[in-house]
Amino acid sequence: MSVAPAPPKAPPHGSAPFGLHHRRLPRWAVPAVVVAAVAVAVALRGTGLLSGTAQLVLVAALLSAVGVVTVSATVEGGRHARNRLATALVGTAFLLALLPLLSVLWEVVANGIEKMTPYFFTRSMLNVGPLDDAGGLYHAMVGTLEQVGLATLIAVPIGLLTAIYLAEYGGGPLARAVTFFVDVMTGIPSIVAGLFVLSAWILTLGMNFSGFAGALALTILMLPIVVRSAEEMLRLVPNALREASLALGVPRWRTILKVVLPTSFAGIITGVMLAVARVAGETAPLLLVVFGFDAINFNPFQGEQSALPLMIYQENAKGLEFSFERAWGTALALILLIMALNLGARIIAYFYAPKNR
Amino acid sequence: MSRARPDTKTTSPLRSGSSTGAGDRVFRGLSRGAGIALLGIMAAIAAFLLIRGLSAIQGDSANFLTEQRWAPKDDPPTFGIAAIAFGTVLSSLIAMALAVPVAVGVALFISHYAPRRIAIPLGYVIDLLAAVPSVVYGLWGIRFLVPRLEPLHQWLGAHLGFIPLFEKSAAGSRTMLTAGVVLAIMILPIIAAVSREVFLQVPRDHEEAALALGATRWEMIRAAVLPFGRPGVISAAMLGLGRALGETVAVAMVLSPRNVISLHILNPEGNTIAANIANSFGEADDFARDALIASGLVLFVITLIVNASARLIVARRREFAGAAI
Repeated sequence: MSVAPAPPKAPPHGSAPFGLHHRRLPRWAVPAVVVAAVAVAVALRGTGLLSGTAQLVLVAALLSAVGVVTVSATVEGGRHARNRLATALVGTAFLLALLPLLSVLWEVVANGIEKMTPYFFTRSMLNVGPLDDAGGLYHAMVGTLEQVGLATLIAVPIGLLTAIYLAEYGGGPLARAVTFFVDVMTGIPSIVAGLFVLSAWILTLGMNFSGFAGALALTILMLPIVVRSAEEMLRLVPNALREASLALGVPRWRTILKVVLPTSFAGIITGVMLAVARVAGETAPLLLVVFGFDAINFNPFQGEQSALPLMIYQENAKGLEFSFERAWGTALALILLIMALNLGARIIAYFYAPKNR
Repeated sequence: MSRARPDTKTTSPLRSGSSTGAGDRVFRGLSRGAGIALLGIMAAIAAFLLIRGLSAIQGDSANFLTEQRWAPKDDPPTFGIAAIAFGTVLSSLIAMALAVPVAVGVALFISHYAPRRIAIPLGYVIDLLAAVPSVVYGLWGIRFLVPRLEPLHQWLGAHLGFIPLFEKSAAGSRTMLTAGVVLAIMILPIIAAVSREVFLQVPRDHEEAALALGATRWEMIRAAVLPFGRPGVISAAMLGLGRALGETVAVAMVLSPRNVISLHILNPEGNTIAANIANSFGEADDFARDALIASGLVLFVITLIVNASARLIVARRREFAGAAI
């Protein structure tokens, strides 16, 4: 520990007396300094030295920081001045992190809201020319729902069984290897998952681009998330429940199916929904193996499909006024879908978590 | 396989019970099979990338590691990862330089500054950043951020242009810097979430001891919180780095690519492995696709190394593992 024992009479820095009765700034001092700084910044803009809101905010923030630190250093001493500077920096960091979130959400809503019409949700992009203000996302919505649904159908059983293996049967080198590689899988870039399906399924086995190929790539991205969350949930089940069941002579597998899984069901569903929300927005793998298609294709096993993220990417790439509008509209629809999944997961987690029963 | 493991929460008497019934053997075999299947998938990913990638590298007329151009359709095919691997690392480093300080600030704010009651909702709000898909960040980046960063580019180029990093010799703001900013926003939530978990685990006694000695809040954080949290923050940063290295569409949409090794982050040039795959895939023939797979193999190896080191640091402090999704 590098905290020096501080006797009341020896201040480490600064000239202010340090002790139980040292001087502190009154509560109104900081707001007053900030108001003064904003006033100076506005006055500077009046003289034409500053342009734009961004510069105004920046200068006001800088002036207030300098002001507060100077005032604090003269009244309270250097240590408190440094403390106030740190508080200001930490608060600024938080606001700085909120800024892009608010900006992204605002831009998506503001630019996409006018596309939220029944027309946009029930039309495909078939035969929509580059300069037409027409078309919709129906085909992409069909693709996303089918691809994500198929990926869920494949990833959940494998992931859940793996989690059961790790939590209920685990132990030994195999379980350790699986745990390690689940971690490794979490870090696989989504484009690499797409390249794998491309190289194995399409180039080596000679299959065609299809929604199912996309689902395979999404499966690889979903699997580790499902395993990790399900394993954690299974480990939360109290051992007394297992012991009670086994003591009644119920075999292990029936104990797992009838006692352990139902107890952790809500948590597992939450994890699955978060995983679905995560992969529903994936673009890179779909770009490689689904390819995008303007017409409605209900069959994920044959022919190219589209997907919401893919449509955003492709509409943006067209670089025309109406295609940007469609890209924003699709982005809003995709965000609404993902937020709904996230919200649903949180609601399930909140109301049905084992500890609340 | 009926060995009991003492370190799991499930106690050994439960596990050593003989599973004799047919149902038990089947169920056990199934769940074990799923685990083995998962290992198989990982092995298959490595194997297929290796086979297809190596066959492409053999057909390369240039040195795959040192060539800057990416022209697999030329005759003879000439392609290499020097420029795109450099760009991948450069954009990720910019993202790290911007994101890590802010993320640590956010984590400190939520764990030690905000009142308890609003700290948890604030954590959710930051997690929302992670729920926004990368393609939406890409769209926001190119339509909103790129025009608004234009003045910053010109200002930096005019005033700091004497530093090679900030030399601006071409117009436009679809640059490595802008790509780095978008990446920073995308990796901020994971770094902030993991750091926050670590900061919350600092022993109460350490903090109270520092405060009792008369330390200000900032001195308490420097003396008690930051030293305790350092390994966790490092591994959080590396998890974020892993994400940034592999990010595809956001970079592909924002960056105006040119395959050169260049430190001029204010010029619209440079490219990343992932963005190069997304951009070149559309007009690639079979051989060019194999070449892209070869570059994907390199990306796979780089992210593997970064993530494995992050996990090793995490594993040394087991208690952080819960937060590292």
